[in-house]
Amino acid sequence: MSYLIKTVNACIFLVLVSFPVAAVSETGAPATIPASPPAISTDSTADHSTFRELKQSFASGPDVTKACLSCHTEADDQVMHSIHYQWNYASQSGQQLGKSNVVNSFCGNVASNEARCTSCHAGYGWDDMAKAPSSSPEFVDCLVCHDRSGQYTKTATGAGHPPLDPVRPGTKTITGALAWPVDLSRSAQSVGMPGRDNCGNCHFYGGGGDNVKHGDLSSVLYAPSEAVDVHMASDGLNFTCQECHVSESHEWAGSRYDVAANDTEGTGLPGQRRQAATCESCHESDPHPLSLTGIKLNDHTNKVACQTCHIPTYARGGVATKTVWDWSTAGRLGPEGQPIAMHDYTQSDGQELHTYLSQKGDFDWGENVEPYYAFFDGAIEYTLPGEQIDPTQVVEINRISGAYNDPDSRIWPFKLMEGRQAYDSGLNRLAYSHVWGPTTETAFWTNFDWGEAIEAGMTAAGAEYSGEYGFVDTNMYWPITHMVAPASEALACAECHGSDGRLSELDGFYLPGSNPTSLAGLAGMAMVLATALGVAFHAAIRLLGRRRRKEVNHD
Amino acid sequence: MTNRKVKIYPRFERIWHWSQMVLIVALLVTGMGLNGLHGLFPFKVAVMIHIIAALALLALWVFATFWLFTTGTWRQFIPRFEGLLKVARFYAFGIFKGEEHPYTKVLWRKHNPLQVIAYFGLKILVFPAIWSTGILYLTYNFWESAPDSGFWLEIIANLHLLAAYVILAFIIIHFYLLTVGHGFLAHVRPMITGFDEVELTSEQENYLTENEPWRLVDEGGEKDG
Repeated sequence: MSYLIKTVNACIFLVLVSFPVAAVSETGAPATIPASPPAISTDSTADHSTFRELKQSFASGPDVTKACLSCHTEADDQVMHSIHYQWNYASQSGQQLGKSNVVNSFCGNVASNEARCTSCHAGYGWDDMAKAPSSSPEFVDCLVCHDRSGQYTKTATGAGHPPLDPVRPGTKTITGALAWPVDLSRSAQSVGMPGRDNCGNCHFYGGGGDNVKHGDLSSVLYAPSEAVDVHMASDGLNFTCQECHVSESHEWAGSRYDVAANDTEGTGLPGQRRQAATCESCHESDPHPLSLTGIKLNDHTNKVACQTCHIPTYARGGVATKTVWDWSTAGRLGPEGQPIAMHDYTQSDGQELHTYLSQKGDFDWGENVEPYYAFFDGAIEYTLPGEQIDPTQVVEINRISGAYNDPDSRIWPFKLMEGRQAYDSGLNRLAYSHVWGPTTETAFWTNFDWGEAIEAGMTAAGAEYSGEYGFVDTNMYWPITHMVAPASEALACAECHGSDGRLSELDGFYLPGSNPTSLAGLAGMAMVLATALGVAFHAAIRLLGRRRRKEVNHD
Repeated sequence: MTNRKVKIYPRFERIWHWSQMVLIVALLVTGMGLNGLHGLFPFKVAVMIHIIAALALLALWVFATFWLFTTGTWRQFIPRFEGLLKVARFYAFGIFKGEEHPYTKVLWRKHNPLQVIAYFGLKILVFPAIWSTGILYLTYNFWESAPDSGFWLEIIANLHLLAAYVILAFIIIHFYLLTVGHGFLAHVRPMITGFDEVELTSEQENYLTENEPWRLVDEGGEKDG
């Protein structure tokens, strides 16, 4: 009997922890507190829920960090030097990149939109891009990466701070969900190595929504099927992000600014630590089995990145990505001056996605998108806001470098993001715009005035501004490397080796099967045709002769 | 001089001929697919058939070359101009008038002079062109670091393609000429049985009767080779 009661109790307990618990926000609208994410197997020798330092109620995020740092004495220093905290990256090209420096074709720029954008900063309270993020140790956000309770989050517009009790009605989290009050004590006691949810809560929602930005990073990857991601499949290998993005002192392998596009080192020597997130660092540079087909496939690895064949399409699994963003049409309002929205894209799960917003302009979306392909050596240069642009051309927001003849370049897949965005038409430079700022009189999303919004953005960024603006077409390239499909789904040869194949836009090199009507091909066909005609002609004369002779014989 | 049925195509030569035919047809069909002319097979399958057939053909050619030189049969394939004009004239005019083929097979020359020139050209020019470019094409990854390798790959691939078209043209003519003279079967049969009508001198006939009687068909009936 007591065994039965125990079992029932255990079941109730399990139900409680594994299902989302509805909490009620102050307006009465229910906000759903997420359930704990699936546990990650760990060899940790410490159970943080037993730590005295963590058995207290915390008043703020920084309070928790202080407790963390009382043992992890070097963690703040490590995190503060990482790109996750600095948003500043010295690229090998010599450019200063990172979110604090670049302008992209999504929400544009951080400067003047801080508290919204820095909601995903791995720290607290960074509300002015003109200054570096706080150097006080407690402003590092440990929980955003290490919380394993699943109920830690950050307020969408709170400069990195979590929503705490009492939560202002209508507050949203960084994933766009209605916010709940975070229990910091519970979070602090739950800490462990990051799960996919820790990384995904920011990285899956870049650009303002699920999969908007990357195309190969969406909420599908919280618990993907094998068909979507063979490595992260929750019923398969179940990799966390750090399985590939290995870290050392809170710095991670794998960068979109300096891509390791051609890793010829492979796995390295046995036991050798590799700070590499490349496919080759696990799979070797000649990964296909030693069969005739395998050898032939391995022959490709010098010129074709693994991703090109093994990620046949991106935005798989049911969440679309934005492929076109035209800011120039933003600001159109309804008859009563109210912002309008149109939802003309139906996602495969039936969800209607916005295709026009007064705040943001026109959009297009794509699911299972065929990538754009280019030779890529890993180096990316940005068109930084100070650079001259040619507005008569499509401006490349980031220029990918690479060429067929370059041994370091391989064909890579990219998400091509087509944009139309503001620029300073007097100085021919990309413009900063102040879009978010509910309390300002210049923010575009509340005031719908481009002139004001751009001027405020330029001022905030400390950039020179001519006072005139226009809109320019832009392209931005996002290397595709996630959502690796099972081997059986890899591209068939004919996808590229054909007359109208996926690489038909790439030229300057010989691609077997792509051009049967080359000069030699045409010459050969002409020769065969001439031979066939000659033979037919010869045969015809023979037949005629034979018939005539027969007639003669008859006579 | 007597006209006798003599075994002039030994077993190896016939196996060579027919397996070469099968392999070349396989290579032509898959090669055209790889070149983008048709999609009868998945590209991967076509690549595999093409490579395997090519390697098999190369092996066959190694054996055939060895055989040609050790048996002295290579002499059969050295062009001679004797009778060439007659044969050429026959194909250009005589054939239309119903004339007999001017060439009679003799023991040491089983092909007519025009045929010899065609086979010689094939062996000395076209086949080497196809296998040398094929091997270079297949082993591209071993020499890709050479300067301008991409340019040379394209040259090599196109030469390979041209050689393939020459072989296709050869096959058309080869096939058509089977209809000349005593007809299709009369031409194909010797390459199956090994026996063909050959003009023998009495010395040759005596020699064969004495020393290689299995090469002669008895007046009564055929002997299988």
